[in-house]
Amino acid sequence: MAGDQGTANEWCGMTDVSPFLEAAVRTATPLLIAAAGESISERAGVINIGLEGCIIAGAYAAFATGGIPIAGYTSAIFAGLAVGITMAFFAVVMRRDQIIVGAGLTMLALGLTGTLFRLREASAPLVTTEPVTAIPLLSRIPVVGPALFAQPAITYFAFALVPALWWWSQRTQGGLALRAVGDSPSAAKAAGVQVVAVQAGAVIVGSALGGLAGGSLVLAQAGTFAEGMSAGRGFLAIAIVALGRWQPVGVALASLIFGAAMALQYVVQAMGWGIRYELVLMIPYVLTLVALAARRRGVSQGQHFSYAPAMLGRSLPDD
Amino acid sequence: MSARTDGGPALELRGIEKRFGDVVALAGVDLNVAQGSVHALLGENGAGKTTLMRIAYGLVPADRGEVRLFGTPASSHSVRGAVRAGVGMVQQQLSLAPNLSAAENLVLGRRGLFNPAAAAERLDAVSAEFGLRVPAVSRTQDLSIVEQQRLEILKALSRGARLIILDEPTALLAPSEVDDLLQWIRNFASNGGSAVLVTHKLREALAVADDVTVLRRGQVTRAGPAKDTSAQELAAAIFADTAADGASERSSDQPVPAASSEGAVIVEARDVTISRRVPVLRGASFVVRRHEIVGVAAVEGSGHRELLLALAGLLPITAGQLRTPNRIAQIPADRARDGLIPDFSLVENVALRGLGGRRGVMPWSSLAALTSELLRRFGIVAPSPKTPAKALSGGNQQRLVVARELEREVDLVVADNPTRGLDLKATAFVHTQLRGAAAGGAAVLIHSTDLDEILSLATRVLVVFHGSVREVQPERSAVGRAMLGAA
Amino acid sequence: MLLADVASALEAFWRGSLGTSSALFSGTLVRAVPLILVGVGVALAFRAGVFNIGGEGQLLLGAVASTVVGLHWGGGVAGVIIALCASAVAGAAWAAIAAVLRARFGVLEVISTIMLNFVAVNLVSYLVRGPLQEPTRIYPQTSLIAESARLSRLWTGTRLHAGIFIGIVVAVCAWLVLTRMAAGFRLRAVGASPSAARASGRVDVERVTAAALVASGALAGLAGGVEVTGVTYALYENLSPGYGFSAIAVAILARLHPLGVLATALLFATLETGALGMQRDAGVPSVVASVLEALAILAVVAASGRFGISWRATRGPRTSGAA
Repeated sequence: MAGDQGTANEWCGMTDVSPFLEAAVRTATPLLIAAAGESISERAGVINIGLEGCIIAGAYAAFATGGIPIAGYTSAIFAGLAVGITMAFFAVVMRRDQIIVGAGLTMLALGLTGTLFRLREASAPLVTTEPVTAIPLLSRIPVVGPALFAQPAITYFAFALVPALWWWSQRTQGGLALRAVGDSPSAAKAAGVQVVAVQAGAVIVGSALGGLAGGSLVLAQAGTFAEGMSAGRGFLAIAIVALGRWQPVGVALASLIFGAAMALQYVVQAMGWGIRYELVLMIPYVLTLVALAARRRGVSQGQHFSYAPAMLGRSLPDD
Repeated sequence: MSARTDGGPALELRGIEKRFGDVVALAGVDLNVAQGSVHALLGENGAGKTTLMRIAYGLVPADRGEVRLFGTPASSHSVRGAVRAGVGMVQQQLSLAPNLSAAENLVLGRRGLFNPAAAAERLDAVSAEFGLRVPAVSRTQDLSIVEQQRLEILKALSRGARLIILDEPTALLAPSEVDDLLQWIRNFASNGGSAVLVTHKLREALAVADDVTVLRRGQVTRAGPAKDTSAQELAAAIFADTAADGASERSSDQPVPAASSEGAVIVEARDVTISRRVPVLRGASFVVRRHEIVGVAAVEGSGHRELLLALAGLLPITAGQLRTPNRIAQIPADRARDGLIPDFSLVENVALRGLGGRRGVMPWSSLAALTSELLRRFGIVAPSPKTPAKALSGGNQQRLVVARELEREVDLVVADNPTRGLDLKATAFVHTQLRGAAAGGAAVLIHSTDLDEILSLATRVLVVFHGSVREVQPERSAVGRAMLGAA
Repeated sequence: MLLADVASALEAFWRGSLGTSSALFSGTLVRAVPLILVGVGVALAFRAGVFNIGGEGQLLLGAVASTVVGLHWGGGVAGVIIALCASAVAGAAWAAIAAVLRARFGVLEVISTIMLNFVAVNLVSYLVRGPLQEPTRIYPQTSLIAESARLSRLWTGTRLHAGIFIGIVVAVCAWLVLTRMAAGFRLRAVGASPSAARASGRVDVERVTAAALVASGALAGLAGGVEVTGVTYALYENLSPGYGFSAIAVAILARLHPLGVLATALLFATLETGALGMQRDAGVPSVVASVLEALAILAVVAASGRFGISWRATRGPRTSGAA
């Protein structure tokens, strides 16, 4: 009784929050990168169910490359690009059903990485993970310092993406064209925007970020590859984009919430609360459902579907 | 007409040919638009007017022929090239992104950085410079139709357009808005600009144009200065061999036997309010009786669309009482979206009617027999009842919808733009069917964006303005004023 | 050398899938049963424009329900029927969560059904290590279900069970419903054009899509029940080697035709058991089967164009500007 009290107090104590925050931010990183990519693609009107495939492909590429992290990240991006180009070819250029193509590509990537992984010799399953880059001074701030400023470089990159993406989509003609294509391809076309090129480009860039997210999973977290290690992060990222209302800042906040939910499992294990581990693993998924339901209801009072790009999921009209 | 500044042609089309599959859309068309002039391009729906202008603007490539813009041949033809040469086009389907701001739509399609404040200033500036007021809304869909059209014109002008092509610009406007637009076009031309006005309305063409070209079935049937021609001559050039058909149908324009005030009440609305987040229709009260054809006139966004949906039983009302009969026929405005399933066979499309309440086994064989009968009875040209609906021409698709809805006796017909995009014959067919339904005992409510169509059919007119409904004398000027809220 | 490798791999594939009667009757045909059931369910949902990607989770819930019935059912011949009914209800209920989330809260089922898959996988993990674990508490699985709750085997010495007939009957019934019944035509109309179904047919589109999703879940749940009562006799993790996902490929390759599903399910079952054979005898990883399945999806999509389905999964407001 008294012991329980003590543990709880310790947990509530300021100093113990830090590892949890650190884990939350680290776990949020691949989600944020993938969701940022997906938000680009969805802004142009393409829902990329192949994102899960991009992540697993990126993870495997990073694992298979090994060596220094930068090489791993580069090949992860290329793996995402490969998936993205295929997606863009079928779903954008050939106007095929976005959802079916995406689902097929995710299956393909999961199967292909599984096959390649099993064909490899069983030796050397570990790769060098990216070291923590502590930012001087800032990382010394109590509690939040280690959590936010003693992270691998990829985390800083992920969070730098947020303002960059905002600036690009709101302050450049390219970003304006992207938003116009997702809103009304005919209007964009009439204004001289190369609609197919913009949409395909958005899918490819978004997929490359998906690949990078997969790379970070291996290079900044697990240090190795496991079949199906993407574990639905691509689908979570799609949910995060909807939750963040297709806005970079919203997407970042939603990613952090999910990072925290996933990091909860470490806390539960560490604290020995007697909650079944499997139940804790459900939390992010249940949270997604609850959050999406709550979000929708909150919005439906005012303007219902206005946040989603109008053309999301629809193929472009034929020329 | 104002004096023209003769600086050579703004647009020259030579021998333009275009086919879509087996259909010849344009068979060698020439057109000359002088600088500083207004050129009216006349013709029926499907005559090739829009296709010709889309070719001029670089939206579609021609199969053969030459396009010259301000004296320079447009070789590698594209929208970008046309814009660079000084051409702008306002299409019938306005091309504005509904969720972008007005200013964003104005500057869309450029390169480099985008500055919202500068774009808003630019909107203000061009708006003032060209005398076309557009409020700086954050969502373009919040603009009225006429404001959206102005924004389209400003888009073109702000890119330095000296030739503006307007495709059926008056179709969605109320009469006084039409006059404003025509006046603006005149002023634009007298300041040295050039304009092509694509229309099927003679009155407008003669009111504003310096030159007129008439297209029929992809060929020029008349071209020359507007002052050298008359409405009769132009009508002959437009309709030619269909003139006989047209005349006979027109002659049936006389109103249906005087609307009897003693006919049974079919529709009764009492203080009907419909809300979609905000009230879009308030306190509407009216009755419609058997044998009446009642026109519903309104400019876009007045609440009439919701009224029609509620009458058809597709939208619940928020307050008040609305009594409608059970047997309702509905002809929706967008047949490809709401009236038909393009991928389904004709039989299946006929089977759609009443599907919501159907139970048990589908009686396919009797539905197939019914479909064959409808094809015969309503003169629908189709290879077989098993053909997918998308294989039919637009006119035959609409005939199928009308046939399905009116095949058995109904008490109420709700028709929303039932002749949009149809040629003269198909239009006449639809009108005949609607009159027939009224004669057979139904109450008919019809809305059309073409006020003349309403006036030619209806014995009474209800005008919806800003959510309120009132009855107006079925007469052009009175209805036109009421549509804009004037007394 | 390489040629010899290929030849031996192909031979292993043949032996593993169709080449021997045990491979055919204990392997391939047995594996085809859940693919048929989930595949028909997926085809129904897709035809209605509902992207039910949650077959895997619905199947697992069906497996859980039939296990619970099978463990506690006292005896009597009705056991297996009760167990199968329970599995269908559980699968339907799991899909109904997504249906409610969609109808009441506007949550896209493409997201919710996937999330529910993950929840279901973890739920099974929890159950077989917690409340439903076998009495010795050593293995992460349940005890075997009662004999009376098992589907009968068709021939002694093989694992082929009566579930194959359930699969065939379900596929034929689904086909009859789609082509002959008003409910089926309604479902197709809603999938092809919700706006026309609503405006011209007075169809309650939301109700039809919800019903299609729930029916699809019931069939997936039934697949889980058939798997437990016919093959595994117990619940454990990885009970399904991804039937829910393979079934998507099965349905698409069949172009969403229920009778076509019978053929494509058999094809994919052959692929999968053949791949297992190659793994056993020739060292080729069996996941290569899912690569082939994915390629089949892409090939069909590339070759046959669109499916004439207007997905409600990503429904947004229609803009008047887009022609």
